[in-house]
Amino acid sequence: MSQTLNASTLLAVPLAPLMGSVLAGIFGTRLGGNWIGRRLTHSLTILGVLVAFVMSVMTLKSVALDGARLNETLYTWMVVGGLKMEVGFMIDGLTAMMMCVVTFVSLMVHIYTIGYMEEDEGYNRFFAYISLFTFSMLMLVMSNNMLQLFFGWEAVGLVSYLLIGFWFNKPTAIFANMKAFLVNRVGDFGFILGIGLIAAYAGTLNYTEAFAKAGELSALTLPGTSWMLVTVICICLFIGAMGKSAQFPLHVWLPDSMEGPTPISALIHAATMVTAGIFMVARMSPLFELSDTALNFIMVIGAITALFMGFLGIIQNDIKRVVAYSTLSQLGYMTVALGASAYSVAVFHLMTHAFFKALLFLGAGSVIMGMHHNQDIRWMGGVRKYMPITWITSLLGSLALIGTPLFSGFYSKDSIIEAVAESHLPAAGFAHFAVLVGVFVTAFYSFRMYFLVFHGQERFDQNPHAHHEAHHDDHGHGAHDKPHESPWVVTVPLVLLAIPSVVIGYMTINPMLFGEFFKDAIFVDAARHPVMQELAHAFHGPAGMALHALSSAPFWLALAGVVTAWYMYMINPSVPAAFARALKPVVLILENKYYLDWFNENMLARGARALGNGLWKVGDLALIDGFVVNGSWKLMGWVSGQVRKFQSGYLYHYALVMILGIFVLMTYFVWLNK
Amino acid sequence: MTLTLGHYLSLGAMLFALAVIGIFLNRKNLIVLLMAIELMLLAVNMNFVAFSHYLGDMRGQVFVFFILTVAAAESAIGLAILVLLFRNKNSINVDDLNSLKG
Repeated sequence: MSQTLNASTLLAVPLAPLMGSVLAGIFGTRLGGNWIGRRLTHSLTILGVLVAFVMSVMTLKSVALDGARLNETLYTWMVVGGLKMEVGFMIDGLTAMMMCVVTFVSLMVHIYTIGYMEEDEGYNRFFAYISLFTFSMLMLVMSNNMLQLFFGWEAVGLVSYLLIGFWFNKPTAIFANMKAFLVNRVGDFGFILGIGLIAAYAGTLNYTEAFAKAGELSALTLPGTSWMLVTVICICLFIGAMGKSAQFPLHVWLPDSMEGPTPISALIHAATMVTAGIFMVARMSPLFELSDTALNFIMVIGAITALFMGFLGIIQNDIKRVVAYSTLSQLGYMTVALGASAYSVAVFHLMTHAFFKALLFLGAGSVIMGMHHNQDIRWMGGVRKYMPITWITSLLGSLALIGTPLFSGFYSKDSIIEAVAESHLPAAGFAHFAVLVGVFVTAFYSFRMYFLVFHGQERFDQNPHAHHEAHHDDHGHGAHDKPHESPWVVTVPLVLLAIPSVVIGYMTINPMLFGEFFKDAIFVDAARHPVMQELAHAFHGPAGMALHALSSAPFWLALAGVVTAWYMYMINPSVPAAFARALKPVVLILENKYYLDWFNENMLARGARALGNGLWKVGDLALIDGFVVNGSWKLMGWVSGQVRKFQSGYLYHYALVMILGIFVLMTYFVWLNK
Repeated sequence: MTLTLGHYLSLGAMLFALAVIGIFLNRKNLIVLLMAIELMLLAVNMNFVAFSHYLGDMRGQVFVFFILTVAAAESAIGLAILVLLFRNKNSINVDDLNSLKG
């Protein structure tokens, strides 16, 4: 690629994975008669993603080093009343970074899948799905207008649905994918309302054109109310982000999505798709900057998610669910950063989180493989000896997650905490408290899982469900085999992900947060929200930041979390049980996930069903079927029943009626002309 | 007593009324029905002739010829239908013929 960006060339970035997906999906499955084998399928799809990755890196290079930018419409789909619906690309720092993260994690996951899904019948189908996902996500991030954003948004939702229900024989998986789809619909409803409001008032779907009118929009209020239009738009858009990025209370789908195979948990439910909401808010920063109300709302939601979802991670026993709740909590951190107007910090955390969370998920998957598909951390322990590469990489991932100085997670997370501390919004106090406590909680559950899995006693022969599980997943292992290290296709992605998890924060914090990288992608109203200036003021290089952290609260909180976990699960394992007994009501609430599922299922779902049932019985059966449809024929039947009594069939009756009629008519006629 | 137009019209009306009653009261035979219809037409003819005579206009009597022709044709068709009906139903009893009702 040349120095300048070319939209037609960039088209290959999303289309290469799409090609791989189509080929794998049609010719690699029963649809095309299993025409191409497993080896060719994964080669094709990996090639597609590799092409996308290489081109993304080149794009990033020209964006970062040469300052190249692109905003070009490639194709006009249709024009309705002056509203143009287009397909186009907008390449700036934000997009280029997202493209690289998406394609890199996707590439790793593709390679990893070769090992993880080896024994699965749906091997080719799986590759088709994850390539399709890569395509959708790239369309989402590269878009220059909201329609294409929405297309990508829905497409990743669709692929997520397909992948959560990948094992479609499992009732729980089907339940989970339906739940994910429905919960996302709630968010998407808000999202499309927001887009609709923008289209209605700005008259355009193009980012640049819409943002140019942001000033005009800020003066308007929603007709019939005194609400600022921008606030309504932003909250609507953010509701979309709440669905996709799993923010409280629309987070309920994400833990359940762990029913899907582990690679997609890493790709979709940790590293890329769930970050779409964060990305979208950062992209729409010129609008969000106009509304303090929306920013407060975002911050509160993010803080609730960051703290309370972390608590749930503590009591989970499923290795993937622990990581899933950790994802929720980290997404909450990103959202808090968005609320504090520190968009670049949120996106920075998004990037570092993508690496270390993908790493943790893939590490968890590797452990699951090694444990013969046992996911319960109570029946693991001491895995360190058997799976050294998985152990080291997971340790690095966990350290990055809890924010150990010099690791990537440290830079992003500490910046978020600092940004919240500097924010002057009313919600910042609560949010600051939540993210600080969140640090302790994160460290505690991460290392609880780490110790339970990799250290301590070996408990895998005590699993009471082992036989059942082994039977369940159709794998031919004996249940009591020792764990074994995973093949190289699994460990290589782990190592490749571990490298950025450790170093990317140190390398990129300066250009991304305080440099020019996001200059024209993210807009911050510095006069009103001077958070980034304050951060820049306090920032003295990545090394200085790490040094400074040693004397700040988050570091010691994280350390306290690790030590507590170490004490409770390594030294004195009776403590957690004692805690559980002492805090029984709290544990009960946590085990029931704050009763949100219960509420959703019993109040919302059952309520909606009752409403539907009522409408069906009253509206459909009684009113439409009973009254309108059946009622009209019954009336007609009764009337004709009466009328047919005149129809004796005897000719002379008809004749009599005719003559009587004539008589009446003539009488009337004569009467009239008298 | 001289015969006035009124007498002739009264005769026509009586004939017509007779025919109507014949249609209604007859429960037995379809042929009687046809005859009653003929009688109705004749009542009309009577009116035509009477008016024609008293108004001195021959067109009325010309019309009577038309009506007679039509009446003859109608009887022929009626009788033909009657024959077919009898073949199918084995009866020309008016009370049996109530299949017109819905």
